Amino acid sequence: MTAIDLGLPGLSGLAGVPTADEPQKAKDYKSDQEVRWCPGCGDYVVLNAVQSFLPSLGLKRENIVFVSGIGCSSRFPYYMNTYGMHSIHGRAPAIATGLATARPDLSVWVVTGDGDALSIGGNHLIHTLRRNVNLKILLFNNRIYGLTKGQYSPTSETGKVTKSTPMGSLDHPFNPVSLALGAEATFVGRALDSDRKGLTEVLRQAAEHRGSALVEIYQNCPIFNDGAFDVLKEPDEAAQRLVNLEHGKPIRFGKGDDGAGEFGVIRSGFGSLDVAKVSEVGEDAIVVHDAHTPDPSYAFALSRLSAQDLSHTVTGVFRSVQRPTYDDLARAQVEDAKASKPADLQSLLRGKDTWTVV
Amino acid sequence: MSTRVDGDAAGSARPGGVKLDRVVIRFAGDSGDGMQLTGDRFTSEAAAFGNDLSTMPNFPAEIRAPQGTIPGVSSFQVHFADYDILTPGDRPDVLVAMNPAALKANIADLPAGGTLIVNTDEFVKRNLTKVGYDANPLDDDSLAPYQVHQVAMATLTQGALADTGLGKKDAERCKNMFALGLLSWMYHRPTEGTERFLREKFAKKPDIAEANVLAFRAGYYYGETTEAFAVTYQVAPAKLATGTYRQITGNTALAYGIVAAGQQSKLPVLLGTYPITPASDILHELSKYKQFGITTFQAEDEIAGICAALGASYGGALGVTSTSGPGVALKSETIGLGVMTELPLLVIDVQRGGPSTGLPTKTEQADLLQAMFGRNGESPVPVVAPQSPADCFAAAIEATHIALKYRTPVLLLSDGAIANGSEPWLIPDVADLPDLSVEFATEPNAPDGTFWPYLRDQETLARAWAVPGTPGLQHRIGGLEKADGSGNISYDPDNHDRMVRLRQAKIDGIEVPDLTVDDPSGKARVLVLGWGSSYGPIGAAARRVRKLGHAVAQAHLRNLNPFPKNLGDVLKSYDKVVVPEMNLGQLALLLRGRYLVDVISYTKVAGLPFKAEELQDVLTDIVKGVDAA
Ligand code: SF4
Repeated sequence: MTAIDLGLPGLSGLAGVPTADEPQKAKDYKSDQEVRWCPGCGDYVVLNAVQSFLPSLGLKRENIVFVSGIGCSSRFPYYMNTYGMHSIHGRAPAIATGLATARPDLSVWVVTGDGDALSIGGNHLIHTLRRNVNLKILLFNNRIYGLTKGQYSPTSETGKVTKSTPMGSLDHPFNPVSLALGAEATFVGRALDSDRKGLTEVLRQAAEHRGSALVEIYQNCPIFNDGAFDVLKEPDEAAQRLVNLEHGKPIRFGKGDDGAGEFGVIRSGFGSLDVAKVSEVGEDAIVVHDAHTPDPSYAFALSRLSAQDLSHTVTGVFRSVQRPTYDDLARAQVEDAKASKPADLQSLLRGKDTWTVV
Repeated sequence: MSTRVDGDAAGSARPGGVKLDRVVIRFAGDSGDGMQLTGDRFTSEAAAFGNDLSTMPNFPAEIRAPQGTIPGVSSFQVHFADYDILTPGDRPDVLVAMNPAALKANIADLPAGGTLIVNTDEFVKRNLTKVGYDANPLDDDSLAPYQVHQVAMATLTQGALADTGLGKKDAERCKNMFALGLLSWMYHRPTEGTERFLREKFAKKPDIAEANVLAFRAGYYYGETTEAFAVTYQVAPAKLATGTYRQITGNTALAYGIVAAGQQSKLPVLLGTYPITPASDILHELSKYKQFGITTFQAEDEIAGICAALGASYGGALGVTSTSGPGVALKSETIGLGVMTELPLLVIDVQRGGPSTGLPTKTEQADLLQAMFGRNGESPVPVVAPQSPADCFAAAIEATHIALKYRTPVLLLSDGAIANGSEPWLIPDVADLPDLSVEFATEPNAPDGTFWPYLRDQETLARAWAVPGTPGLQHRIGGLEKADGSGNISYDPDNHDRMVRLRQAKIDGIEVPDLTVDDPSGKARVLVLGWGSSYGPIGAAARRVRKLGHAVAQAHLRNLNPFPKNLGDVLKSYDKVVVPEMNLGQLALLLRGRYLVDVISYTKVAGLPFKAEELQDVLTDIVKGVDAA
């Protein structure tokens, strides 16, 4: 915590959620259910990361709820020793909206996938983000349908050959981060399943953000789409492709002799961004990352640095801005009404115009 | 019992007039003519006077249908009487037609000898041609069977407002109040309430308020001064049960029922919904009552509406969603999730004409089978149907009681006729409302010292309900099949068979009151059985049949799932059972399947309520046939 008042409307995403009396360990968050994803599935790594990270929040476990939809990743709640609901396809954000609005004392997490959140549940996702309901959405993006055994998904690259597209898929894919920013999400981040440190940092910031936080997690499905993100995991390749964001720092990546990164992100054209060699454009031209920029166009431009070919994959927190949350406002209206009008049922039923038969 | 009427709304009326026991008036005009407001005000005057009453608004689905056309006609029928009536009336005794379209669309319903009041100003060539009149019906003898009063309402209204400085158009717009004033005079109605209402309604535009009051008075004085209306009429107050009454529509009563259910259960209420005709007024109404701990969430779609409600229920609130048939179709997967997770949820379906978009502003009872079976798998839900506008209040409380006690979604089937129709309501005493409080699980309940969410109460079969935030009871629920007891995911065949039967047994075992049969003679061999909003016309028909000297028994189902325990015995104790429905025989299908009783299904799906007259004919024929056999 800083001692200087930055003038930010400073409610934490966890304000109102009771804290635990005792320190917790990762194993406190493991349920008694056997985890049943395929061997080598990226979901295991994310589950472990979440279970290891939650103790640092120090919340009462019973005040944490995981709500999921349908898909491989949506089994997640069963493995968490918290409250949880494994709901129906695409609807978890809508269910979580009702829960978060009714219960300010809960930390509500949605676990979803690329099919669940972006295909069948696309409508709920964008509306939840625009309302800015205080809930955290972990979008496991493996760019394939796993549970139904390998059809292309709304994030699969065009031309993908799958069981349902033997001649290649035709549709243009979504970029989930761009989509979320288009819906004016107040918090958008991205991480790789294999990057425990980066993922944990994004999760921490998401948890503390008051409002909807969308975290896209690139997750490998070894069975139906193995190696989809391998180029981001092989060290030499990764250095050229992964652009990690840190608020207040120049956006640089690549090996570079000085260790600061050979490449940098510069402004170009009409509000868009581009990649250039720092040695060619000079350090001053490199954009300093500001996740608090009110206009979502900046973060959107970051999300467009590469197409689906992962040539420049930006990770970290794209955007984190403050906007009143739907659930806080809805509760405030109820509290205002309670304070200003008596809750007199008999007088409501009686109404204004009555007559009496005696 | 003496009848005296007082209260805030009571108004005094001019004495005199020919005594009538009941009158049906229909106001008809263009959608822009303010007929709903006019009818509503006349109704309030009748209520203020202590008449029993029943109303039927009828308006186009288009917000602004082309002016002066038949599809653009909007009407409001009010039936008021000095005794307890059951329906808005089959046919009007008096028809007020504000333009040629209104005349053309409604004249067939006016019986010969009926009173017709027309606004002559609109009967010009252009308007007549628009609706296909070759000649002006006011000039030929086509209206000879009726008592016609020709009144230049627009001209007279403009004349009355000439000194107000109001523009011609604005002045003309007050002609509906002129019509109301005239009818108020004809029927000796109290007028203070309407003047007060107009001043409140237009409080921000005092000149418009005064203009409307002036137009209203002009209509009243017109009746008094012109010789055209020789006779006036008086309908005395009705001898209703003692107590304090107000007038109420079905949707308002339903909203109040939800407020009351929240208070009586001491739970916060979350209404998750999406606007749809004819259910939107429930949202509008509840959004005004946040002081009772009610949150209204206008979702992005029907599915999100019910999902948010279910999410709130999961968190220990009372989740409610409101919609009409097309919305129920979209919500069905979530209702199934509610069945599987065994969470309380109130689902309100204000039925309208279907299938698909159908007839949004018309009424129908064709969602019964959808409510019963419109989900995948064996997915039983209780179904409750109110029988009249005022009954919606008690029905909402009963449905909530079942949802909370048995942890289940409950379908409440209202319909367009009772949603928008109104009647007097004997205001309940809050102290008499049932206690709906629930007990959440707070302690581990399983043999192994943990919490099992699917351990059941042995009597109700309701599962233990632990809400998030309860220490030590962390558990997971969801749409996958549960192991009996522990609630863990189970694909075991025997377990599934057992769980399907348990869910069914829970709903079958819900306590509902026995069906009562009304048979004043005690000799009836024919039973007429209905459900939902057809109570009024069926009851009125049964009365008429009895007046003709025949015996007929009447019973009405409020609980469609489960049925009352004595229903089978009741059905079997009559020679014939007649089931009138505004669908193609959905209840009849259920009765035949369940009880092997070959009921006579009488159906009509015209988007309008049954007329007592047609049911009277149907019943009389059947009763006569049985008596002759
Ligand atoms: S199918 Fe793919 S995503 Fe699903 S569990 Fe297996 S590896 Fe994981």
